[in-house]
Amino acid sequence: MIRFENICRDFKVGDETVHALKNVNQHIETGEYASIMGPSGSGKSTLLNVLGLLDTPSSGHYWLNGRDVSQLNDDDLAETRQEVIGFVFQSFHLIQRMTALENVELPMVLAGMAPEERRDRASQMLFKTGLEDRMTHRPDQLSGGQRQRVAIARSIVMEPKVLLADEPTGNLDSQSGKEVLDILEGLHAEGLTLILVTHDPVIGQRSNLHLRMTDGVIHAERRSQQRGLEDNRRAPV
Amino acid sequence: MRLFDRNQMALTAVVRYPLRSSMLLVAIAIGVAAVLVLTSLGEGARLYVTSQFNSLGTHLLFVAPGKNEVGGLGGMAGSLGGSPRPFTLGDVRALRRSPYIATTTPMVMGTANINYQGLERDIGVLGTTYTMQRLFDYELNSGRFLPELDLDNATPICVVGDTIARELFGNAEPVGKWVRMGDRRVRVIGALSQGGQTGGHDLDEAVFVPIAFAMQIYNMESVQRMMVETTGAESMAKAKKDIRDIVKARHFGHEDITVMDQGSILDTFNKIFLVLTSTLGGIAAISLVVAGTLIMNVMLVAVSQRTAEVGLLKALGARRGQIIGLFLTEATMLSLLGAVVGLLVGYASIELLRQMYPLVDFQAPDWAVLAAVLTALASGLLFGIMPARHAADLDPVQALAGS
Repeated sequence: MIRFENICRDFKVGDETVHALKNVNQHIETGEYASIMGPSGSGKSTLLNVLGLLDTPSSGHYWLNGRDVSQLNDDDLAETRQEVIGFVFQSFHLIQRMTALENVELPMVLAGMAPEERRDRASQMLFKTGLEDRMTHRPDQLSGGQRQRVAIARSIVMEPKVLLADEPTGNLDSQSGKEVLDILEGLHAEGLTLILVTHDPVIGQRSNLHLRMTDGVIHAERRSQQRGLEDNRRAPV
Repeated sequence: MRLFDRNQMALTAVVRYPLRSSMLLVAIAIGVAAVLVLTSLGEGARLYVTSQFNSLGTHLLFVAPGKNEVGGLGGMAGSLGGSPRPFTLGDVRALRRSPYIATTTPMVMGTANINYQGLERDIGVLGTTYTMQRLFDYELNSGRFLPELDLDNATPICVVGDTIARELFGNAEPVGKWVRMGDRRVRVIGALSQGGQTGGHDLDEAVFVPIAFAMQIYNMESVQRMMVETTGAESMAKAKKDIRDIVKARHFGHEDITVMDQGSILDTFNKIFLVLTSTLGGIAAISLVVAGTLIMNVMLVAVSQRTAEVGLLKALGARRGQIIGLFLTEATMLSLLGAVVGLLVGYASIELLRQMYPLVDFQAPDWAVLAAVLTALASGLLFGIMPARHAADLDPVQALAGS
């Protein structure tokens, strides 16, 4: 599904060059549940941006579904994002002037889908995330957890293969956070490849692929079986 | 992305920032309205002149001494160009023998001081013949217009305009009064009714006298202008030729007069007014270009206000072209709305002008309306391109971070 081959990402900051990703080699299989953890500035976000085709590597190859996507132009990147990748952000990124339903419809609007079809699909997704009675609410009329659930509905409405979630529970209280995480893991259980950036080791432990980042280098640990929340609590990190 | 959806998204953005949008609308509306109002002034003046000429009838020729190759303001040629042989009353009399000429109305103009029992004022004097009344449909309050006299007859009689009659005689009957014009005594035989402007002369301020009398006062040898009524539309060309031939024969082979028909005079006026109107419209259109730079500023602000939104759209798969399209649509929509408001304001102002000056038919020419709207749209598009490209060029990672 995803294979990184000697991926480097360098930034110029003033006179200095910062190596945010240093020769990363990593593969993530279809249907895996990966968590990316690490201190701030370790390159987590850069890794996620490169994974999500929002950023292009300075060198190396990124194979997505068997295709080298490391040197695509802007429009090809956009098209690939549209078809393959769903995003969930820490700060939701909902458009305030639109209702929940319209926010979920947005990716389909950009894809040029017919209004009836996208309305159907958007309401199905909101059903799936438990917001069937909040469809005509605007983001400022929704709680944080509800907003994130709208954002999740939006991220899966184009039926992506990979869902990238950047600290999806970071702005939520623990109860809403748990609900959001349940939905994400439910989607993973349906076969979606889920990649999660998190600060929370408890959440991180729930994935089967742990990607720990320090100074642009990944330490990967793969577990054959995903463990339940209770197990994690008993095994402190 | 569907056209409807793109318009919808742009429209909600226009509505969401009412202050910004209304400021732009005002700027563009002022430009469009200015084009409409200014061109309607020029066009109104043109139509006014045209209607004045058309009210004279259709088979008139205008004769002025001096050869004027360019055509146009014939009278000027006589006073400015070279020193033509005088176009005398004898010439006029000779022209009357042409079978294609129905009437001849020679004219001279001057100013004089008129005095009645100590009341005096300066007036415009128009020396002419009885046929003038028929040409311009003059109506009289009392008395009669100049009678049919021999061309050489310098009888000291006059017909006074309404304003002059009231100022000199008050409510008394002007007819039969003797006034002093310069150093001569003149008898008033008629008073015109209030007539406003006809044929380019302010009737109410004019005094009509027999042409021979006027030429005597001003010691003139030459008629300044002459209007010739031909026997019909079909004899125009023949009458023109006759006039030239007769004058040439009498002036020892020199064809030193200018003969014009209404068409050529109108053409000249139309050309002058077209230049005037386009100049006015062009000046007003500059304000639209200025409004265009405002569009650019405002759209740049809009892009930076919505950086995170642009980042989101990119993450959701929006292509460069879609982002450019969205912001261009927004700019175009703003300028289109501005143009519509401008048209409303412009037409309302023109209507107001018409109420204030009912004599003039103010109307913005179609080409000016079209040009105003197109200029507004074009400047919206043109000045919208830069901000739209700026949005499309945003780096999605930084845009999502809101910087």
